[in-house]
Amino acid sequence: MRRASYWSWLWLALGSLYFALPLLATLQFSLLAKKGEIGLTAYASVFRDSGFAASFAFSFQTALATILVSALLIVPTTYWVHLRLPELRPLIEFLTLLPFVVPAVVLVFGLARSYNRTPLTDSHGGLHVLLIAAYVVLSFPYMYRAVDTGLRAINVRALTEAAQSLGAGWPTILFRVIFPNVFVALLSGAFVTFAIVMGEFTIAALLAQPAFGPYINLLSSSKVYEPSALAVVSFALTWASIGLLQWLSRGVGQGKMQNARCKMQDARCKRGSDAVS
Amino acid sequence: MAQTAPTDRNVRQASGLARVTWRPSWAWLGVLPFFAFIGAFLIWPAAEIVVLSFLDGRGQPTLQNVRDLGQPFIVTSYIYTIELSAVTALLGGLAGFLLAYAVTSAGMPRWIRAAVLSFSGVASNFAGIPLAFAFIATLGQLGLVTQGLRQVGISLYPTFSLYSFWGLALTYIYFQIPLMVLIMAPALDGLRREWREAAESLGASPWQYWRRVGFPILLPSLLGTMVLLFGNAFGAHATAFALTGGGSQASVVTILIGAQLSSDAFSNPGLGNALALGMIVIMGLTITLYTWLQRLAERWLQR
Repeated sequence: MRRASYWSWLWLALGSLYFALPLLATLQFSLLAKKGEIGLTAYASVFRDSGFAASFAFSFQTALATILVSALLIVPTTYWVHLRLPELRPLIEFLTLLPFVVPAVVLVFGLARSYNRTPLTDSHGGLHVLLIAAYVVLSFPYMYRAVDTGLRAINVRALTEAAQSLGAGWPTILFRVIFPNVFVALLSGAFVTFAIVMGEFTIAALLAQPAFGPYINLLSSSKVYEPSALAVVSFALTWASIGLLQWLSRGVGQGKMQNARCKMQDARCKRGSDAVS
Repeated sequence: MAQTAPTDRNVRQASGLARVTWRPSWAWLGVLPFFAFIGAFLIWPAAEIVVLSFLDGRGQPTLQNVRDLGQPFIVTSYIYTIELSAVTALLGGLAGFLLAYAVTSAGMPRWIRAAVLSFSGVASNFAGIPLAFAFIATLGQLGLVTQGLRQVGISLYPTFSLYSFWGLALTYIYFQIPLMVLIMAPALDGLRREWREAAESLGASPWQYWRRVGFPILLPSLLGTMVLLFGNAFGAHATAFALTGGGSQASVVTILIGAQLSSDAFSNPGLGNALALGMIVIMGLTITLYTWLQRLAERWLQR
C-alpha cells in the first residue's frame, strides 16, 4: 500500500485552515456580544426577536411547499418517462439543467416582467406563489436527478405490471407503489432543496417576501453581533439537513447511493459522477 | 434534382408505412404538467427577456437596448464580473484540484476523504448572506484574522479591503473550491491504477507520469469544471450584495440587474432586459463549452 505523500497532507492542511477560519471567526464573533466576556447574549437576542420566528416559519413553510410541488411534478413525470417515453429523457435532462443557465437574479427578473400586472404580482399571496414557483424551478436539477437515480435502481416496468395485474389504477400505482419505492432518493433531493430555500436571498428579496435570507441581511444593517449568530444558526441548519441526508442514504445499496449522493449534493457534478458509474 | 424530388409514389409509400406504425397515443399527456410548469415559470420568462431586449417602449423592434450595453459603466461592470469569475474559477479550480488530489491519493484515510467530500457538499451551498458575514467576521476591519495580524504588527487595512476585488474574490473562492472538489474527486478516481503502474514499470518518475499521462487525461474535465466555476461565480448575487451592500459602486452585473428590478421607477426597462440577455448569453456559452469538454473527458474516464 502506497502512503500518502507529504504534499497531500500539506494541501489538506492548507485547505482545512482556509475553510475552518471563517467558521471559527463567525462563531467567536457571535459569542462576543457582551463586552469583555464570552456568552450567548447574541443568540438570546436573536431568538427573542419576533422577526426571527416569523421569517424562519415563513421560509420553513415555503420550503415544505416547494418540496411538495416539486415532488408531485417530478416523480410522476420521471416515472412516466421511464415507463412510456424514454425518448424524452434527454429533453427532460436538458430542461432540468436550465436553472443553471438562468441565474436566480435573471429568473426573478423574467418572472417579474412576464407576470407584471397579473394577480401573481399584484397581491401578496400571488407573490408568495411566484416565490414558490421560482424555488420549484431551482429545485428541479436536484430533484430530477435524485428521483431518476432512484427509479433506475428499481424495475419500474415489472412493478407497474404487477400492480396492474392486481387491479391497481394509476393513482394507486403512483402513490402506493412508486412513491414509497423512490422515497429515500426523493428525501435526499428534498434536503438539498430545503437547505437552498432556507438560505435563499436573491429571489425572496427581489419579490419583497418576508423570508429568512432577507431577514438576516436586514438585521446586519442594525445589529453587529446578531448577524453572526444567525449565520452560525444557518450553517448548523445546512449541516443538519445534509447530515440527515447522509444518515438516511446509508445502508440503502451503498454503491448506488454513493453515486446518487454525489449527484444530489450537487447536480452539477452529475457528469463527473457518471464517468465513474 | 429530379431524383431528389419526392414522387407521388414515394409519398404514398411513406405515408402507408407511417399508417402501419402510428397508433394514436395519449402517453405525452402524462408529462404535460411538468412541461406546462417549466414553460410558464422558466422558458416563458427567459424568452420574454430575449424578446423584450429587442423591443422599445412602444413595442417596436429596436437594437437600441443592446447598443445601450456599450455604456461605460455597463462595460466596466461586465469586465469586472468576467475578471472576478475568471480569477476565482482559476484559483478556486487550482486549489480545489489540489485538495481533491490530496483526498483521493492512495493512503489517505477513508474517513478524511468522506469528511472532506461531505463538507464540500455543504460548503458549495454556502454562497450567500451567511458566507459574507463569515468573511466579515474573519477579514473585516474587526475580523479575527485582521485583529490577530495587527497584534503581530501586520495591518491589512487599508492596503487590503474585504469589499474590494480581492476581498470579493477570496470570499467567492470559498464556494468555488468545494464545487471543484465534488466534481474532480470522481474524475481522479477514474484514473486507473494500471496506467500509473504501467508508467512506473517503464521507469517513469511521478512527475513524468503526471506530465505525460495523468494530466492530459484529466485536462478536459479540469477545464470543463473551471468553465462551470466561471458560470457559478458569474451568476452569484447574494454574496456580492451582502459584501458591497448593493451600492452603486459595486459593479457586479447581477447587482445591476437586481437594482434595475428593485428600483421603483423603471427608468429604462429595455436596458434591464438587455443586461439580463447578456447574462443569459454568457451563461449559455459557458454551459455549452462545459458540456462539450465533459464529453471529451468521458472518452477516457469511462469505466
